[in-house]
Amino acid sequence: MTPNLVTFSNVSRFYGEVLGINKVNLSIPPGITSLVGPNGSGKTTLMNLMAGLLRPTQGEISVLGVPPHEPQRLGRILGYCTQFDAYPKGLTGFQFIYSFLLLHGMSDAEAHRRTVAALERVNMTEAAGRHVAAYSKGMRQRIKLAQAIAHEPQVLILDEPLNGLDPMARAETIALFSQWGAAGRHVIVSSHILHEVDRISDQVILLSHGYVVAEGQIQGVRSEVKEQPMQILVRCDRPADLAARLFEQNHVVEAKIQGDGRNLLLRTRDADSFYLLLNRVVLDSGLEVESIAPADDDVNSVYQYLIGGEGGTV
Amino acid sequence: MNMALRQIGAVLRLEWKKTLLSKRGWWIYLLALGPVALTLFHWLIEIERPVSAIRHSLGDDSTGYAALFQFFFLRGAIFFGCVGIFNNLFRGEMLEKTLHYYYLTPMRRELLVAGKYLAGLGTALVLFVGSAALSFFFIGRHFGLAYSNYIWHGPGLAQLGWYCSAAALACAGYGAVFLMCGLRYGNPMIPAAVVYVWENLNPFLPSLLQKISVIHYLKALCPVEVPVPPPLNVMVVDTDATPAWIAVFGLLAVTVLLLGYSALTARDGEISYGE
Repeated sequence: MTPNLVTFSNVSRFYGEVLGINKVNLSIPPGITSLVGPNGSGKTTLMNLMAGLLRPTQGEISVLGVPPHEPQRLGRILGYCTQFDAYPKGLTGFQFIYSFLLLHGMSDAEAHRRTVAALERVNMTEAAGRHVAAYSKGMRQRIKLAQAIAHEPQVLILDEPLNGLDPMARAETIALFSQWGAAGRHVIVSSHILHEVDRISDQVILLSHGYVVAEGQIQGVRSEVKEQPMQILVRCDRPADLAARLFEQNHVVEAKIQGDGRNLLLRTRDADSFYLLLNRVVLDSGLEVESIAPADDDVNSVYQYLIGGEGGTV
Repeated sequence: MNMALRQIGAVLRLEWKKTLLSKRGWWIYLLALGPVALTLFHWLIEIERPVSAIRHSLGDDSTGYAALFQFFFLRGAIFFGCVGIFNNLFRGEMLEKTLHYYYLTPMRRELLVAGKYLAGLGTALVLFVGSAALSFFFIGRHFGLAYSNYIWHGPGLAQLGWYCSAAALACAGYGAVFLMCGLRYGNPMIPAAVVYVWENLNPFLPSLLQKISVIHYLKALCPVEVPVPPPLNVMVVDTDATPAWIAVFGLLAVTVLLLGYSALTARDGEISYGE
């Protein structure tokens, strides 16, 4: 068991005869990891297994060296913002978090201090005295997030945490994830808002039908998808000349001039060869290159290549 | 304070906050208040008459209370009250999809079971032991000084002690049974119905089978015997009375065993809200 990783070793989970996830092997390092996949792909099952809410049918899971079937250890290092939108009856936002911390065994004073801090972090201090049942969807989402972070866990699991949040709250929440990830903690997040996930993720896990289709840093995952030519956008002063040179190469399958006539979008099967060629063209012909950037090494593109369908809403 | 005690204390606080005086438990409060209202009514009617005009004796009231206790409290109010209180401790949370709130805390599931059981037991004791005691005080109150003497200088106080003990043990025993049912079964009302039928068939079963029930031991603790009216009396199978100490320790032992089994069940439990 590796102490600084969340690991799955050949983990399967079946619901009767229905497959949840199958033969999953993962090593999740610190930082922000996004779980991406369509509905029913096994994202929530994977998270529930990590949090000890489900037991694997086979295989072993370790969360920083702690097996999930030991709640007395796991609960101290793991916070989980679930998708369940149900709350113990009659509690205010403050009591919801405060009671949760008392269940951790904290003293009244410690629980009070941490509750106040958690509410501040999600901007819920003013609404803390109101009953959770009277909250809007976005407020309920934020109070769940506060509950998940209140005990300062090392591993934060977030199941669709951006659901129901307005753009401002979304931006604040994403900033919070980034802080936690940058602090060397594990933040494991599933979200169907791929472009927002893409901005913050250090690595991505793509799931489909209960199987892990790909995992790793998004650029690395993209480069592994050999059957889909890489798209690269070059902005330069003479895109037509560059396109002419590129078409002499076998690995370039398409080149299109776009926008104001200075953008060249090309698709190549061998990005390394392209970059070498580009260097030669610049040296030989004095081509002035303003910018160059991969155009499809984001989560959305990788999702479409590997799983298919529209990546915008998963 | 010890961590485990603090966690159990937190469960107690949360459970009481959620459930005490909740609207959902109205029928349980009615069950507990019913005999209090009945005996209070009895006192208020009889107090209007002079003692010489009362057509029944203190002994009749004592037997009447014994019947009320055995047939209403033990077989009705406490049984169904415990079904309502203890079945819902886990099953209710599953139905409301809130059990993960507890399961995500760093608390041993065994402690969670203990905390929830104690919260349910506290509620049941307040309601049913309180109700049994109040009813006992009201039932013969109209005899005035005679009843005071009966309680303070006669057998009354000892009888009250036994009734309260029997009620408390009933809450503990049935509580453990129904906590286990709520954890173990998707629909705990089915095993509750089976237990109910079994407990009520008890007097008519062979003596060995009679001993495999909670009610058999509770009856042994009741200080006043209630004669079974004809024609049912011919069907009752007489059995040797169980000594009180065996009844008490037997019930406590069964309670501990059931709680142990519930703790094991909770330890392997999963959150499955049927989605």
